[in-house]
Amino acid sequence: MAAVQDTKVIISIKSLNKEYVSSDGKVVRALQNINLDIHEGEFISLIGPSGCGKSTLLRLIADLIPPTNGQLTINGHSAHEARENREYGFVFQSATLYDWRTVIKNVQLPLEVMRYSRKERDKRAHEMLKLVELTDFADHFPWQLSGGMQQRVSIARALAFEPNLLLMDEPFGALDEMTRERLNNELLEIWAKIPSMTVIFVTHNISEAVYLSSRVVVMSPRPGRISEIVNIDLPRPRGPETLDSDQYFHLISQVRHLLREVHD
Amino acid sequence: MSTVPDSQLSTPAPSKFRLALQEFLDGSGGTVLYFVVIVLCLIGGWEGAKWLGQETDYRLELGPLKISLNMTRDLNMPHLKDIAEALSKPSQRQGAPLIEILVEKATYTLRLAVIGFTIGTIIGLALAILFAHSRLLERGLMPYVVASQTVPILALAPMVIIWSENLFGSREIGMPMITAYLAFFPVTIYTLRGLSDVPPTALELMKSYAATRREILWKLRFPNAVPYIFTALKITAPASVVGTIIAELPTGIQDGLGGAIINFAQYYVSGPSRLWATNFVTAMAGILFFVTVAVTEWLVVRWKRPSNRIDRWIDTFLKNLRRVVPLLRD
Repeated sequence: MAAVQDTKVIISIKSLNKEYVSSDGKVVRALQNINLDIHEGEFISLIGPSGCGKSTLLRLIADLIPPTNGQLTINGHSAHEARENREYGFVFQSATLYDWRTVIKNVQLPLEVMRYSRKERDKRAHEMLKLVELTDFADHFPWQLSGGMQQRVSIARALAFEPNLLLMDEPFGALDEMTRERLNNELLEIWAKIPSMTVIFVTHNISEAVYLSSRVVVMSPRPGRISEIVNIDLPRPRGPETLDSDQYFHLISQVRHLLREVHD
Repeated sequence: MSTVPDSQLSTPAPSKFRLALQEFLDGSGGTVLYFVVIVLCLIGGWEGAKWLGQETDYRLELGPLKISLNMTRDLNMPHLKDIAEALSKPSQRQGAPLIEILVEKATYTLRLAVIGFTIGTIIGLALAILFAHSRLLERGLMPYVVASQTVPILALAPMVIIWSENLFGSREIGMPMITAYLAFFPVTIYTLRGLSDVPPTALELMKSYAATRREILWKLRFPNAVPYIFTALKITAPASVVGTIIAELPTGIQDGLGGAIINFAQYYVSGPSRLWATNFVTAMAGILFFVTVAVTEWLVVRWKRPSNRIDRWIDTFLKNLRRVVPLLRD
């Protein structure tokens, strides 16, 4: 992973803690002492059993929730400033398309909020739909699309304003295995096209994490913490031959063993 | 993978005639057919009850149970033929046929109802948006909004008319106010629900774009509320007609349906058909208003999967209309 270490650190997390008070009044330690540096152009997966705080960590990076204490900087400034500067695109588990907008209008939503000109909005939205191969569905409404297509629209929407950071919260968790595999490949293609783009990908699917990532961050629950970081030095571009390689199987069993340890 | 659908394996292929019939029944033809069947059932029920009353001399004995069918006498339930006849004949000597007069009065009432409905909708929307943005205002004012609807409109109407006369020198101005008073409440309640009933992730998405409150309102909350608003409007449209009629009563104005109802109620004994005829026209006015709102909803809320019968009916109706009138193409 020498190549990765050479590039600049884009996200720096130091002794980050997150506590919240549950509905029955107990203080829950969602994340404890998180330390993690993420470099530009990396593809990082956060994996762990439910309750390990992987989604919470992603939401802290996105400044959708505030940390209890600790340090979290994105491109040298706070998560709040990063959000205000629109430095990341977020993809939720559910596509979260706005029902009343057509596919193309959904992709244009961030561009409208960010005051792009109409011409620029049209141009970028069409480019993005081409990227996720949904040009023919530009004028469809979300309900007319399959779950996989909806999620592709949501990825196009997240990338429309060309953020350098893509945050994905179990984006393919609700899809069937076949669709998931196709979207994984599409995501890798998109990521390869934009060399400076960093992806942080939350999942509970081991093979997906290994297949996609440059590093897999294994987390453990109660309290949520990082238990191990696994370097995935599978050659790129990855494809069907990756899935058949011994190295791939080896890495999957390594992550599986780590997860079994944290589960016990 | 077999290319033959399961349904065709178990049952023989339906005949062409059955398929055509099915298509007809699923489309607007079916809607018209069901409508006609139900109208015929209602007519049959009405006239059947009258016939039963006459045959039993208005008394029906079922063992120990004695039922008086006095209700079905012509005075209480005129023959439908008589109501139709009353509509076609002048109600006053040398006057226009009753139907013409009633349509004129209905137009007057509907116009006022639409004005009141519009004012009520605007007030309702404004209150909802205000409440959605300020918990404090909602908590402070909501009890009064609810209380406003517990005051009987019948008690309020004469006062508003008198105020209107003193303030503006016109009784007519007070009438839409009364209608608006009735109409704003469902709009406030439903809109508020629609504005706040937003999926948490849809809101987080806006947050991730660092969107302002105003952008969240107009790009997320308000569009989300639109179907809720139309639900409210479908309630308030017919209610506005009733509200306007109630508002007409204390004014003594004879131009609307309210005046006609009072008038024909006074002469009910000598001609019950005329009041029934007026009720029929009043109902038609309310239905017309409702259908107008439903069609508007269909035109505005284009993003929804057609779900209910009215939606689907308007869908097929307008599709057929477009085939006939190419100008209507959007």
